[in-house]
Order: sequence, then structure tokens, then C-alpha cells
Amino acid sequence: MSSIGLLLILGIYLSLLFYTAYWAEKRSHSKWTNNAYIYSFSLAVYCTAWTFFGSIGVAADSGLSYIPIYLGPVFIIPTWMILLRKIVRISRVNKISSIADFISLRYGNSRFLGALVTVICVFGILPYISLQLKSISETFHIVTKTPSSSNTFTDTTTYVCLALALFASYYGTRYVDASEKRRGIVTAVAMESILKLVFFLIIGIYVTYFVYDGFGDIYNKAAILENFDKKNSIGDVTNGINWFFLCLVSMFAIFLLPRQFHTAIVENNKEAHIKTAMWLFPLYLLLFNIFVFPIAWGGNILFQGKGLNSDTYSLLIPQFFNNNFLTVLVFLGGFSAAISMIIVSSISLSTMLTNNLLIPYGFIGSLQNVSQEKNSKRIVRSRKIGIFSLIIIAYAIYRIFILDYSLVSIGLVSFVVIAQLAPAFFGALFWKRGSNKAAVVGIILGFVVCIYTLLIPYAIGITRYTSQFIQEGPWGIEVLKPFQLFGLDYLEPIPHAVFWSLFFNLMSYLSISVSFKGNYRERNYAEMFVDIDTYITNHEDAFVWKGTAYIADIKNVLLRFLGEERTKRALSLFNLKYNIDKNATMADARFIKFAENLLTGHIGTASAKILISSVVKEDKISLIEVLHILEESKENILVNKKLTETSNELKKISTQLKNANQELVNKDLQKDEFLDTVTHELRTPITAIRAASEILHDDDELPEELRKKFLQNIISESDRLNRLIDKILDLEKFETGKQKIYLSKNNISKTVEKTLDSLKQLIKNKNIIVEFTEASKEIKAFYDEERIIQVIHNLLSNAIKFCSKTEGKITIKIIENKDVVEVRIHNNGKEINEEDFEVIFDKFYQSRNQNVKKPIGSGLGLAISKQIIEHHKGKIWAENTEPGGVTFTFALPNYNTNETN
Amino acid sequence: MKKILIVDDEPNIVMALEYTFKKNNFEVFIARDGQEALDILKKQLPDIIILDVMMPMVDGFATLEQIKKEERLRHCKVIFLSAKNKEKDIEKGLSLGADLYVIKPFSVKKLVEQANELIQ
Repeated sequence: MSSIGLLLILGIYLSLLFYTAYWAEKRSHSKWTNNAYIYSFSLAVYCTAWTFFGSIGVAADSGLSYIPIYLGPVFIIPTWMILLRKIVRISRVNKISSIADFISLRYGNSRFLGALVTVICVFGILPYISLQLKSISETFHIVTKTPSSSNTFTDTTTYVCLALALFASYYGTRYVDASEKRRGIVTAVAMESILKLVFFLIIGIYVTYFVYDGFGDIYNKAAILENFDKKNSIGDVTNGINWFFLCLVSMFAIFLLPRQFHTAIVENNKEAHIKTAMWLFPLYLLLFNIFVFPIAWGGNILFQGKGLNSDTYSLLIPQFFNNNFLTVLVFLGGFSAAISMIIVSSISLSTMLTNNLLIPYGFIGSLQNVSQEKNSKRIVRSRKIGIFSLIIIAYAIYRIFILDYSLVSIGLVSFVVIAQLAPAFFGALFWKRGSNKAAVVGIILGFVVCIYTLLIPYAIGITRYTSQFIQEGPWGIEVLKPFQLFGLDYLEPIPHAVFWSLFFNLMSYLSISVSFKGNYRERNYAEMFVDIDTYITNHEDAFVWKGTAYIADIKNVLLRFLGEERTKRALSLFNLKYNIDKNATMADARFIKFAENLLTGHIGTASAKILISSVVKEDKISLIEVLHILEESKENILVNKKLTETSNELKKISTQLKNANQELVNKDLQKDEFLDTVTHELRTPITAIRAASEILHDDDELPEELRKKFLQNIISESDRLNRLIDKILDLEKFETGKQKIYLSKNNISKTVEKTLDSLKQLIKNKNIIVEFTEASKEIKAFYDEERIIQVIHNLLSNAIKFCSKTEGKITIKIIENKDVVEVRIHNNGKEINEEDFEVIFDKFYQSRNQNVKKPIGSGLGLAISKQIIEHHKGKIWAENTEPGGVTFTFALPNYNTNETN
Repeated sequence: MKKILIVDDEPNIVMALEYTFKKNNFEVFIARDGQEALDILKKQLPDIIILDVMMPMVDGFATLEQIKKEERLRHCKVIFLSAKNKEKDIEKGLSLGADLYVIKPFSVKKLVEQANELIQ
């Protein structure tokens, strides 16, 4: 493959990535870029060129020790639900944008600590970036079959790195606020993670199943090679301890590496995404490791004794079989792995460099008095330069120092250096006593031990492999031998360095923390970090501050970095949240913290504090006072929580009461209405009786015939009165539950027949045809016959009253279903308005329209019928039926089919 | 001869009223609801109308509204009969232009006297 061709492919590939990032940026709020899968895959930035090429090298040369690097994360991931969530919460409320911010903020927002962490990270990560560049450069030369040039400026890969540096510095600084999410980058990284895995699986399958006949074949052929057994066993206790320390550093790395902190914490926009990552990410690591072993040993078999770099087996194997396509694919996979690490790492490093080192030390002065636009531009420019120079420096390191080291060994050095942040970092999460001094001393001591036991020997080792310093110790002092410090001689260099550096680091962190108390600010942040769940919603409340500050002064600072609009919006949000009068002039602790938070995203925690304290006058507070205030604020928060709960409960109860009251009012209205109607209904017959009686009383000359007629009226109206009273009492009994239903097995047809008999005369008088088709078989049901007769009587009376005046016809049908026995009574009269289907079963339903007299007898018949049927657990309803007329149906439960005895 | 229109849907009440007013020298017309009353009023011009409030279809209040629209009928005296004895019902009846609001049950003898008074 020619260099030009490969460069062309790289160019296309890079622009594809660029486009993905651009596309995702535009859709930064869509579900395509904001989902748990993008988040989980972006975490796989953990798998770099080290994983892609280096693991194979380790597996080929020294066996299984590539595994702990993936075991460590897998062991710790189950705790993410607690650990990672806590870190995410702390970072979110404090607008933390890097691990340097995180650690320094916890220890009293210490400028020095932030700078220290930044330095550690730069030292740890620069060689790591170098190793990515090394892999890109080396694999480029392998694919193009060109020798690497000793002159940096004639080497093609130099220009690849230059392009990469430009790409990263342009794309990494799209936002001034470093705590803002970069959906573009994250999506591009996630896509690369998928690609590198897929390409790796492809080459794995190719080697295992096309070059060889599966795992068994490789195993059988490899087993006869030299040292196979020795390389592929964990070995003795010493080896076990080696493994333990490797697991430990990689466990730390998954939290502490700036790029992991960035993808897992800064770019987390939903806590729920962690849940998905908890299974998807370990699965990803597992998949990545399946084919490491077969590729490594497949290479060992193929290239036995040729002295080739085993890191590059995955390229050499397809190249050996002249498979250009696969070779390029693997190259691109490795390139993806390298480039995503480089981009994310350099972004986070440059953010740390500007926010925690450059701005708080010196550069900050120049940001004081210029406009917001200029300030933002300066910050962005410094980040841009930062990213660019980091990559270039890393390339220089690669060219000068580490040309000859394997990928894994460089990576591990990085891990050990970064692990020095672990005591301060995890202490920050759980231990309120941990202090600034302790963290600083611990990190420095640990780092010094690292330099002594790792960095110096490695640097020396490049030029003189058998150095006196390493073999005999400085000035021949044996106990100080860098790889066997204090006589610890059974660990390999890396675990050895891990042990001693972390030992000194942790011991000093613990002992100094216990011996010397931190200042009030440390204690304050300790509280806010450790008890984050208490303060998550109102964390400004937890900030302790005393002194004199004017909102106007602070606002001026904010304006310089946030600009007019954002400052205004932020302030009004703050006032709304804490219910503060917008005309207030004095700032309180909450406002100070809020302003610091706003600035933190732009310039980091330390600079934010410096800027704010330059415009306010802070009074010293004693530690005891802080503890006291914290206790109070905690209590306040608790009381507030309880108050909110109680008030919510009260609200609930009051709505219940309101509803109950409304119901009572409605009931009362109904009762009034009912009484009104009853009164009216009673007065009508009384009026007739009174009038007739008066005439009979006063008029002695009344003809006999008329006299009888009036007397007859009195009798019938008295009966009507009586019936009405009966019905009212009936209804009352049903409604209050006093009415008993006596169920017995009855023949429904007989019951209908009986009722029809009692109405025979009326039907005949009105010339109505009644069609009653009895069911072919006897249908029986359980009911109170007397009551059901009442219902049928009522329905029939209504039917008689409403059926067509001229050709009245009533049809009665009995239908038996599985669940119910239905009686349908149809009349061919006028249809009912649909909205009335329900209300006609209300007592005196027409009373709604107060002045219109109901055509139905008492206005209670249907209400009573409904009560009766419901007491039978049945249903009654009305409907208009084709080809005209109304059908009333009641359904009783069919116990014939449901009955068991 | 004095003319009276009795509008009520209760046949027994109508019967008593019809008898009594006839006996007191009224020419009596009868309607069972508002619509029927309005039909009769197209041909007849009674001196007084006795109007039940609660009737099917067109009720007493609506009937009176229609009557008051007719110039020709404007001078007819109107007595409402109703079992509704609430203040607001009485007020409504009188505000529509009725001359009297009689609550059921009532004395027929007294009703005749009141009718006579209204006509004079």
C-alpha cells in the first residue's frame, strides 16, 4: 500500500469523523446523541492503541498479564451505581469540568492542589499520548511498508500527527464553558469505539477461523512452542500479587484518567445512563479480549524466531497473507482507538492547564478588565494552543524517549502516575476529615516515589540498559535500588512502584489528615461532597461564607465572562430559586457560591474563587463556627424537607376535603331538589282533592252525577298520593340499604306473564299490540320476584304510555347469554335524546328543567327500578332501536351457567 | 259574558275549575298545555287566563311570554297556578306580567272572587 493511498484513506476517514461530530453537534438534543448507548460506548475510550495492539504484544511475549487491565474495571464497575453516581452529582452541582477541579475544590478550593493535580496528569498522560502517536506512526510504516525515517521532518507520520493536533485543537474548543457537554466529540468517540471493536473482531475471526481452524487448532499448534505453559499460567503467589496491583491501578484508572473522568462524569447528562453502561461497558471489554489470545499465538506460530514486534501481529498476519483490505481495516481500527484517546485526553488536559494552572497563576490578571467577548476568545485560544502543543510535545517525547518501549509498558507507567490521585480522590468522597495538606503531601510523595522507581529508571533504560543505578542503587546503596526499594525484591517494576508510591501516598494522607485539621473552607466542601445527597437540590445553602459583598460587584465579574444575556438569565433563575428580591444589594453565601459556580465552567474552580474574592470582603470564620453553621443548615434542610412533606400531605388532605365538601354540597342540592319535587308532586293531588271537596261542601245543588264524579276524583287522587308516598319510601329504603332482596329461583317468562296480566285492561283500552315471544326453553334466574315484577310493571307502564298513539306496539324478548339473562321491552314510540339515556334513571329527572312537567307518572319508577336491578347485581339501560322506538333492557346475572351446585 | 281560559294538564283540577267558573257565569275554554292554549287564543279573546306553571312541552312561563308578545292579548288578565311556592318562582311569574300568582292547593271559591276582582 502506498503512503499516498493510505493518507487518502486516512483523510476520508478523518473527514467522516469530522462530519459525525458536526452532525451530532447540530442534533445535540436529539435522542440519537443523548442516549445511554452513546454514553456507554464513549466510555470505551478506555481501550486505546494499547488495547488494540499492545495487549496482543503482551499476550505473545509474556502471557496473560494483559488481562488485569480489564479485570480491574470489571471488578469496580458494579459499584458505579453508588460511586460514579455520587461523583456525577458532585460534579454537576459544582460545575466541575476536570479531575483537577474535583480534587482541588474538595480540599478547600485550593489553587495549589489544582495545579498539582494538573501537573501529575500532564506527566502521566503525555507519555500515554506519545504511545498513541507511536502506534499510529509504527502501524503507518508497516502498512505502507516504508521504513521510519530518523529525520523527524521527512517522516510522513509527523504530518499525520500535525493534522491530528490541528483537528483536535479546532474541535475540542467549541465551548468556553468547559462543563458544557460536547455532544459532537462524544458521539464521534462512541462511533469510533464501535468501529475499533468491530474491526478487531473481524481480524480476530479472520485469524482464528480463516488462517487457523478455530481456537483448538491455535492452541494445539502453540502448545508445542517454547515457554507456552510458563507464559499462560498465573503462577505463584508473587505473580498473584503482581496481578493484584495491576488490577488495582486499572481500577483507579477507570475513575481517574482525565479522559475517563471527562467521558464518564463531565459528559454524563443523565444518571440513568450509568445503569446501561454498567453492563454494556464490561461486555465491551470482554468482547475486545476474546481474540487477543488467538491473534497473539497465531502470530507467534507464524513468525516464530523472526524477531518481529509482536504489538503489530494484527497487522502483520493479514499482510503476510497479502490481504490488503484487512490490513487497512486493522490500521483504521488502531487509528480510531488512538485518535479518540488523543482527542479526549488533550481536551481535558488543556482544560486543566488553562483552568487550573494558567489562569489562576498569572494569566488571570490579564482577564480582569476586558470585555466578555475578548475574555472568551482568550480562554478558547489558550485551550486551542494547549491542545495543539500537548499533542506536539507528546510526539516529541515519542521521537526522543520512547521509540523502543512496548505500548503496554508506557501505558502502565501512566496508570501508576495517575493512581497517585486515588487516596485524595476517594477520600474526598467518603472522608470528611481528609485535609488539603494531607492531599498535597500524599500526592507529592507518591509522585516522587514514582519518579524514583519508574520514570528515572525508564529514562535511563533508554540509553543504557544495564545501568549501575538500577543494578546497585544510587552510590551502591542496596536498599535504595529503584526496582527493589527497601529490599522488596519479588515484585516486577510496575507493581513494585505501585506498592511503594501508594504506600507513602496513602500513609501520609491518612496520618496528616488525622493529625492536622483542615481549615473551615475544606471542612465546608468536605460536607458538600460527602453528603451530596442532602444538598443536591439546594447546594448553595451548604456553602458557608461570612463577610460583605455587593451583588453589583459580583455581577460585574460575571458580565466579563458570561456576557449580558447569560448573566441576567442566571441571576433571575437564582432569585426565583431562593425567592430573593431582585432589588437586593447585598450578596449572601448562597449568591457567592452561585457566582463561583457560574465562573467555574469557564475558568475553573480556583480562578472562580480568586475572581470573586477580589470583589468581596470575606471575614474569617473559625472551624467550630463552620461546623455549627453546617449543622444548622443540615437541620434546616431536614426541617425544610419535612415541612415540604407535611405541606404536601396537607395539600392532599385539603383537596380531599374540598372534594368531600363539594360532594356534600352536591348531595345537599340534590336533596333540596328532591324535596322540592316531592313537595310539588304531593301538592298536585292535594290540590285536586281540595278543589273537589270544596265544591262538594259548598254546592248543595250539585247534580248527583257530578257529585259522584268529584267523589271519584277524590278517591283516585288519594290513591295517587298514597302510591307516591309508597314509592318515596321504597326508594329511600333502597338508597339507605335497608331494603332486603330475597333471591329465589324463578321462571322469568312466568314473571313477565304475571305482570302483563295486571296491565291487560290498560293495554286493551289503548289498543296496543303486545308481542311476547317466549323463549323456546324455560329460562330460570335467581331474583326477588315481587321486586322484578315491580320493575317490569314500571317498564311496561312506560312503554304503554309512550308507544305510538295510533298503532301502539310493545315487543318483549327474553335472551339468555352465558353471563346474563336479559329482558328487553321495546315500544314503537318517540325516541329519547341520547344525552338522556343516563339521567332518565335519576329520580324526578325532569326536575333539572324545573318548569316542564315530566310525562312519567311519579318520576320515581325508573329510579326505583334501577335500584332494584342493581341490588340484584344486574344492569338496566335504555337505547333507541331501529327501525324506531325505544328499548329498555335489564340484565340479571345468569346463575344457571355459573352455578356450581 | 266573561270569558276564561283554563290551562292545566291535571284533568281533575281542570274539572273542578271548569265547573266552578261555569257556575259563576264564565264562558270556559280549556287547554291541556301551553301549545293548546296558544292555539285557542288565536281564535278567542278571554278576559282572564288561568295558567298552570308546570306543564309538558310548553310550560306556563313560556306561554305567558308568548301571550305578552301579542298586542291583541295584552289586556288579558293572567293568574298563575303553581305548587312552586318559592320567592324566586313567584317573583319570576309576576315579572313576566302575570296579575296574580296563586299557590296550590287553593280555594276555588276564592279564586273565582280574585278573577272577578281582576276583571273589574
